[in-house]
Amino acid sequence: MVTSMRRSFNATLKCQPEMFPRVRKRGGAELLFDGVKNHHVTLPGQSDPWDMKQLLAWIRGNMLKERPELFMQGDTVRPGILVLINDADWELMGELEYQLQDQDNIVFISTLHGG
Amino acid sequence: MPVQCSNCVQRRAVLKRPKTGHSLCKDCFFWAFEEEIHQTIVSAGLFNRGETVAIGASGGKDSTVLAHVMKVLNERYDYDLNLLLLSVDEGITGYRDDSLETVKRNQQQYELPLKIVSYEELYGWTMDAIVKKVGLKNNCTFCGVFRRQALDRGAMMLKVDKICTGHNADDVAETVLMNVLRGDIARLRRCTSISTASDGEGAIPRCKPLKYAYEKEIVLYAYFKKLDYFSTECIYSPNAYRGHARAFLKDLESIRPSSIIDVIHSGETLSIKEGVKMPVQGTCSRCGYISSQALCKSCVLLEGLNRGLPKLGIGKHHRLHGKILAQEPLTEQEEKKLKAVDF
Repeated sequence: MVTSMRRSFNATLKCQPEMFPRVRKRGGAELLFDGVKNHHVTLPGQSDPWDMKQLLAWIRGNMLKERPELFMQGDTVRPGILVLINDADWELMGELEYQLQDQDNIVFISTLHGG
Repeated sequence: MPVQCSNCVQRRAVLKRPKTGHSLCKDCFFWAFEEEIHQTIVSAGLFNRGETVAIGASGGKDSTVLAHVMKVLNERYDYDLNLLLLSVDEGITGYRDDSLETVKRNQQQYELPLKIVSYEELYGWTMDAIVKKVGLKNNCTFCGVFRRQALDRGAMMLKVDKICTGHNADDVAETVLMNVLRGDIARLRRCTSISTASDGEGAIPRCKPLKYAYEKEIVLYAYFKKLDYFSTECIYSPNAYRGHARAFLKDLESIRPSSIIDVIHSGETLSIKEGVKMPVQGTCSRCGYISSQALCKSCVLLEGLNRGLPKLGIGKHHRLHGKILAQEPLTEQEEKKLKAVDF
């Protein structure tokens, strides 16, 4: 049963020399993350650059508080969840293969609710 | 590796349009999105000059974008329409009461008059009360039927010429699929119409200017324009049948984005075989509303609720309508069938 959403919460990923993408949830996606809209996230350092596929797996493992199937389907986001990287459609950036840069801004918007 | 806008080739593209595969920058996207809705309105002849149009507003993404775009196009192309917002309060705590706050803000932001009608005042029942009687499975039937009538009643109170709703391409495609899955030929034939017929007692024509707009683009339009909308699933919707059609359609879209428009196109071009029995439009003998049966669905559902027979409107009990109209008592067996509740 989907509980009602509260506020947005921003997360920014920070790390030195780790990665610093900023992750935001909009349009209802924040529900699955304790109602927090913006997160500043710090990704642990690794030899190869982080890509979106790894970020999603990391989010599933570290940030998703409930009902992972409402956010993800297999390796990617559930159909109906839009992903923006620095305010651009991730379909233009290579989707799962996009390699994260420090201070990147990632936004997840859910379209799956009444209009 | 920023992608350039395929239209102006100057600015960075911010989205890839599912309909066409084109990559557009913000400004070109806004222009394309608004222009396509304008073309939809003009080619379907949805409005006439001087008309008063009520925009069905729930505070959600579709109706907020609809209100915004209608206002923009009304001014840009001089439609000469008198626009107002019409909201329905179904009485769902934790969902509708919050979204109505958004509509009240929309009223300020778009400077449009607002009217709210409620199930409580129209029918004497809130959705919360209905769900307590009916259970979690068939309650969407009640809500959908009551809301359509509520919109009509509200529009009549306001004396508008037309109503427009924010149904988008995904919604229409889902409805086509649902009607195929359930074998509802009558609805299948009607559901892709962009406008309801204007004849019939007490029926104010209703249209869908966003019929060909993808949900993805509506959401991104609202996001980039920073429009204020309320985003939560109705608390009673998880068991709705539409959810299955939606999940299927979303999976199709991820493989082939044009599927949504293609499903609508299939629905529009379907023709019914000769000899198939179709319902005939008449009026309800009790309230005079449009109906293909002796009693309209709304009256049947209300009768069921008021008599403690919640299943009266669910499933096929047409033969019992006659009995109810004639105020005849039902047999114990008939009552038992209508009382069973799915939880």
